[in-house]
Amino acid sequence: MPAELEPGGHESPEDAASPAHALELLCHLGPAAHGSTACVAWEPAGDGKRVISLADNHILLWDLQESSSQAVLASSASLEGKGQLKFTTGRWSPHHNCTQVATANDTAVRGWDTRTMSQIYCIESAHGQLVRDLDFNPNKQYYLASCGDDCRVKFWDTRNVAEPVKTLEEHSHWVWGVRYNHSHDQLVLTGSSDSRVILSNMVSISSEPFGHLVDDADLSDQEDRRPEEKSQEPPQDSVIATYEEHEDSVYAVDWSSADPWLFASLSYDGRLVINRVPRALKYHILL
Amino acid sequence: MAAAAAAGRGPGSGPGGSPEGPEAEAPERRRKAHGMLKLYYGLSEVEAAGRPAGPDPLDPTDLNGAHFDPEVYLDKLRRECPLAQLMDSETDMVRQIRALDSDMQTLVYENYNKFISATDTIRKMKNDFRKMEDEMDRLATNMAVITDFSARISATLQDRHERITKLAGVHALLRKLQFLFELPSRLTKCVELGAYGQAVRYQGRARAVLQQYQHLPSFRAIQDDCQVITARLAQQLRQRFREGGSGAPEQAECVELLLALGEPAEELCEEFLARGRARLEEELRGLEAELGPSPPAPDVLEFTDRGGSGFVGGLCQVAAAYQELFAAQGPAGAEKLAAFARELGSRYFVLVERRLAQEQGGSDNSLLVRALDRFHRRLRAPGALLAAAGLAEAATEIVERVARERLGQHLQGLQSAFLGCLTDVRQALAAPRVAGKEGPGLAELLANVASSTLSHIKASLASVHLFTAKEVSFSNKPYFRGEFCSQGVRESLIVGFIRSMCQTAQNFCDSPGEKGGATPPALLLLLSRLCLDYETATISYILTLTDEQFLVQDQSPVTPVSTLCAEARETARRLLTHYVKVQGLVISQMLRKSVETRDWLSTLEPRNVRAVMKRVVEDTTAIDVQVGLLYEEGVRKAQSSDSSKRTFSVYSSSRQQGRYAPSYTPSAPMDTNLLSNIQKLFSERIDVFSPVEFNKVSVLTGIIKISLKTLLECVRLRTFGRFGLQQVQVDCHFLQLYLWRFVADEELVHLLLDEVVASAALRCPDPVPMEPSVVEVICERG
Repeated sequence: MPAELEPGGHESPEDAASPAHALELLCHLGPAAHGSTACVAWEPAGDGKRVISLADNHILLWDLQESSSQAVLASSASLEGKGQLKFTTGRWSPHHNCTQVATANDTAVRGWDTRTMSQIYCIESAHGQLVRDLDFNPNKQYYLASCGDDCRVKFWDTRNVAEPVKTLEEHSHWVWGVRYNHSHDQLVLTGSSDSRVILSNMVSISSEPFGHLVDDADLSDQEDRRPEEKSQEPPQDSVIATYEEHEDSVYAVDWSSADPWLFASLSYDGRLVINRVPRALKYHILL
Repeated sequence: MAAAAAAGRGPGSGPGGSPEGPEAEAPERRRKAHGMLKLYYGLSEVEAAGRPAGPDPLDPTDLNGAHFDPEVYLDKLRRECPLAQLMDSETDMVRQIRALDSDMQTLVYENYNKFISATDTIRKMKNDFRKMEDEMDRLATNMAVITDFSARISATLQDRHERITKLAGVHALLRKLQFLFELPSRLTKCVELGAYGQAVRYQGRARAVLQQYQHLPSFRAIQDDCQVITARLAQQLRQRFREGGSGAPEQAECVELLLALGEPAEELCEEFLARGRARLEEELRGLEAELGPSPPAPDVLEFTDRGGSGFVGGLCQVAAAYQELFAAQGPAGAEKLAAFARELGSRYFVLVERRLAQEQGGSDNSLLVRALDRFHRRLRAPGALLAAAGLAEAATEIVERVARERLGQHLQGLQSAFLGCLTDVRQALAAPRVAGKEGPGLAELLANVASSTLSHIKASLASVHLFTAKEVSFSNKPYFRGEFCSQGVRESLIVGFIRSMCQTAQNFCDSPGEKGGATPPALLLLLSRLCLDYETATISYILTLTDEQFLVQDQSPVTPVSTLCAEARETARRLLTHYVKVQGLVISQMLRKSVETRDWLSTLEPRNVRAVMKRVVEDTTAIDVQVGLLYEEGVRKAQSSDSSKRTFSVYSSSRQQGRYAPSYTPSAPMDTNLLSNIQKLFSERIDVFSPVEFNKVSVLTGIIKISLKTLLECVRLRTFGRFGLQQVQVDCHFLQLYLWRFVADEELVHLLLDEVVASAALRCPDPVPMEPSVVEVICERG
């Protein structure tokens, strides 16, 4: 499999302006000595020089040098254990100066420290079946979302991995992707092979204050508004919308990096659906 | 009427009598008479209203009216009527007059005789009264004479009578004096003989007199003697009282005598209670010793018997004697006794409770109930005697507490019995199967579990029922009539057990492993069926049974049958859904492994169906058999008789041409997509992990859906060579041939399998499908 290719590389803004521009191979990620690559992830912040790739049971950290024309293997670690262990997916945490990576293999989720390439936490049997995707909360350290073949989406606090913080069970088949909204992290998008995309409002575990926290904060300076605030129910975690435009399994969902209210989902039949967060909810969050 | 008739006689009255007799006119006349009466009593208005053309009562021309004026009437007649009519009315009038006359005569004759006889009677009465008056006068004079005589006799006897009275008085006085002079010697003799009662009585009789005449020296001497003797007597009595041992009645007698001697009641009362306490404490110590740590304690019945006769009996005696002796003490004395009883009673209760607590482990309810009954019954006597001490209430409380604990214990017993049943089932399921025999008879296991659980419930009900038996003394307490039946037995025992059973079953659904390895799927299936059976029949049966046995009179709200049924149904549904998931997962894993571990790019041309597919079909058949043991068939969509042929033709010819035939040519994928999309627009969305219904077909459909969807997703992740695609084609056809019969809607299987093949074709750089006929041959051979 031509998995060692790193197609695309960096595209400069002017490249995007001319759609006919052909892709250009910048470099290879090392020799193919580690088996088939399951996942490649860029460092989410910093100078964009570091890339993690997951191949079979190896986790490889690459350093892209000389304007990304050459990739040097900086460090690596491998997973040892019974049977054939294979990484299925990985995700780079945007927190802690980008020193943490989470990976998934079979039903387990593991966290790695990229400085020492050692395992820092492990959620054994995070899901009943295969874990399909992971995402870090962009605004709240330690919070991680995972989804898998048991139709569930689970939210974890990586400091205490004994129990999930929250579990969603809305899909009726494997959940293939889970994504936090980049700026309003209560919005969580999930795509599943039951051909549905579900947008959930996870207020209770988001970084934005809710419920009594708001009341307490407003208590001191806004005495007159208090009765009104009191009467308002604290918002509940809920499913905002279920999008059923797809006719086949949805394999990828993601938020727009430009507009925080825009998201896209891609399904097997080649249909790309772009949706907006409902206007009412948008105003509710903003105001 | 008579006046009217007389007036009517005026003009043209002749002997032209009426041809008809008076009988014919009778009703007419009667009606007229009625009219008069009614007029008199003011009823005419009503009458007039009833009869529209009625005569006006004020009409002067109305013959029967009160305001009849003969002149006006005649004038009117003369003016208005022709001759014939005048003649007629004349005859009519004459007839009426005649009739009236004869009536009047009859009445006079009838009443004349009566008048005469009345006059005779009055005359006779007058004579009789005159005679009686004379006799009364004579009687009065006789009485006067008698009174006179009587007065004279009493006057003569007066004198003698007074003298006799005086003599009698002297005699009595002398007798009393004699008694007083003899008193000291009598008292001494009594004391010597031990006839304390007699002595005290003598002393009591003399005391007042001596007190009164103590200023006379002779009496003084007697009094002194008496006092000395009395002091000695009191001394001896006290001695006897303190020595005790001679039983409560004798002590009571002593105290009674001492009281009569005028000893201070307060002190005696204290002492009496102290004595009683000592004796009762001894009883309590005896009971405690029986309780002791040594195991061969007597059975609870014996214990309560001893407690009842020893302690409670003693307490009764003390209380009865006390109340009799110290009744004069008033409320303060009663209070003292109540405190005494309360204190000792509470100590007794502590002992009884300790004994009963030892009994809690035991299973013999009848013995316990009998013991409680005796305990309660015995305490009713002092309870009546000592209402203030609240012994009966405390005893009832203890009984209630014990009953409540019993209920809890039964609930636990039921739960553990149920868990035991489940363990047995697990063992039976895990036991190595006899070769060639499919499953260890799930239906029998189910029947075993159901019957043993039911018999446990019945046994519990029966043994709890003892508490409410008629002959048990506490069964008519309000607690046992109401709350115990409804809240205790029905709610906490029966409903509680059913709930906990559902809960236990549900716990199997979300076992922490989630891989289904912990619970054998057959157990899930069995439990689901059990819960469903409960929902349909058993719950209502058990509750009816309970309600019948325990005539629930309490008005407190109870859980309705429907709620419980809904809970059981929900549990059954969850279990079955979980079963489907677990079984689906097993097959899915098999399919996934088979797809993921194979190198599809470099497979050889398919010669036969892969073994794993046969395995899938075998497993599905096994599941089908397993489910079939417990669940009914269920409904499928209607299908033609020769289903397999038809599906085959649909699948391989029309479908193939319609759907992935275009993908024979490399330029076709767009068309395929388009076609498949259009197809999907018209087919319904398949909910893969959807709740199932309670029948075999639905369960199997669920499992197959999950498996095939997994196969589809796995295939999409792989890349296929030409032969790889062909292998998938063969496998799918094989599955198609064998799986359709399990599902409710075979269209579903077609759809998913088509999807698999189409996906494989898309993932194939060189999609050259196999000839349908070859596929068929391979499948039939395999």
